[in-house]
Amino acid sequence: MKRFYLLALFVMLSVLLVGCADEEPEKVDSTVKNSPATDKQPAKEVELLISAAASLTDALEDMKATYEEQHEGVTLTYNFGSSGKLSTNIENGAPSDVFLSASSKDMNDMEDKGLIVEGSRADFTSNVLVLIANKESDSTITSFEEIDPSTIDYFAVGEPETVPVGRYTKEMFEHLNLWESLQDKLVRGSDVRQVLTHVEMGNADYGVVYSSDAFISNDVKVLAESNPDWHAPIVYPGAVVEASEHKEAAQQFLDYLTSDVGKEALQQFGFK
Amino acid sequence: MDYSPLLLSLKVAAISTFIVFLAGVFIAYLLAKRDFFGKSILEALFLLPLVLPPTVVGFGLLILFGKKGWIGSWLLEWFDLQIVFTWIGAVIASIVVSFPLMYQSAAAAFEGLDERLSNAARTMGASEWRVFWSVVFPLAWPGLVAGLVLSFARGLGEFGATLMIAGYIPGKTDTIPMAIYFAVESGQMEKATFWVIIIITFGFSLILWVNWWSKRNIRRFTRT
Repeated sequence: MKRFYLLALFVMLSVLLVGCADEEPEKVDSTVKNSPATDKQPAKEVELLISAAASLTDALEDMKATYEEQHEGVTLTYNFGSSGKLSTNIENGAPSDVFLSASSKDMNDMEDKGLIVEGSRADFTSNVLVLIANKESDSTITSFEEIDPSTIDYFAVGEPETVPVGRYTKEMFEHLNLWESLQDKLVRGSDVRQVLTHVEMGNADYGVVYSSDAFISNDVKVLAESNPDWHAPIVYPGAVVEASEHKEAAQQFLDYLTSDVGKEALQQFGFK
Repeated sequence: MDYSPLLLSLKVAAISTFIVFLAGVFIAYLLAKRDFFGKSILEALFLLPLVLPPTVVGFGLLILFGKKGWIGSWLLEWFDLQIVFTWIGAVIASIVVSFPLMYQSAAAAFEGLDERLSNAARTMGASEWRVFWSVVFPLAWPGLVAGLVLSFARGLGEFGATLMIAGYIPGKTDTIPMAIYFAVESGQMEKATFWVIIIITFGFSLILWVNWWSKRNIRRFTRT
């Protein structure tokens, strides 16, 4: 009997442990770089926490070294995720200095709740939707209108409620009267990278991502570009987070992004 | 309200637990009391999914079972069976992440047995099969149940790897954890709360029931 109680206890504890382990949450893709301690000006050391939409990953990673070189004492630490998730995190008190969103909607929510610094909001870049297929695909489609749901097994999109690219995609397909007929084929990714992965690995026949995402992938080809009239303009608004302790440095980073230099750096990665 | 996530979750967890139980018990019994070169490496390999982040497991599964994957392309060609984006994918993800728990529990249970009892049965002419069913299995049962419950719980809660290999297709591959995740992300807190209550109720009562059931069985075994 005693043995059984021990066992039961073990099971309960283990289940608790497993439960806890399961909650291990967001993939925090940060590149923390502890710059060697420069004893001379310790006060100027600023670590900027930048919460950015997943689609900005490569462009921002590329920009990091240049920016840190030009702004001594500033270290950029990124946290990439879907804009919806990031805004929820910031609202719940996750430390963050700059919020770079892929959707105006999430930024509007933040603005309404007073979570961003008034007047700091600025659109720093834009994007278009593209239809992609695996580079080995033999599809002959050259426009979104040619999509024939009956010939498709799986079509990868962003989840329309939570992922901005998904919302634009839904808007576009509704405009083209394809949304309903594609319903059963839609594999909804939790972020734009997942959509890309599904097409890159050949598991989904097609996918819709931003031009910037297709740009950095070697395993997909772009079949068509969306007409800007089909969906709301895809602009990327950025803002300084109200709870930030480095508002000045944060604003400086945002100004850099909206400058010609910053815009050009982003255009190198397929942004418009 | 769409209740399909509940049925799907139970189906996936039940099937994966069944397979994991058979495979875990079989492999653990095979390896127990046996020592050979590379056994530790093999065991470490079995336990690997326990320490790997779910997305890594999911990516590995995509590489194996994707349309162009090693196993996936073969299954597609010979059986016209696609694993990715189907509930079978969810079962495979559950199997991979819960197998370590079953294996570990079963291995511990078999290691702890007194070899003399099995040998006594053998001296009385019992076949290996009989030794296993009449001596080893009943004695190891408490440990096996622990593994069984853990595996089911892990399977029921599996999210990360499942999302990658089974995708999220509402009505087809949306398990409860996925329904919760997307409800939370889109701010549908009522829906999220509903599923959280469901999964807690189910998980809790199931563990309670298994514990009660195994207690009864232990009594039965110990009486005879």
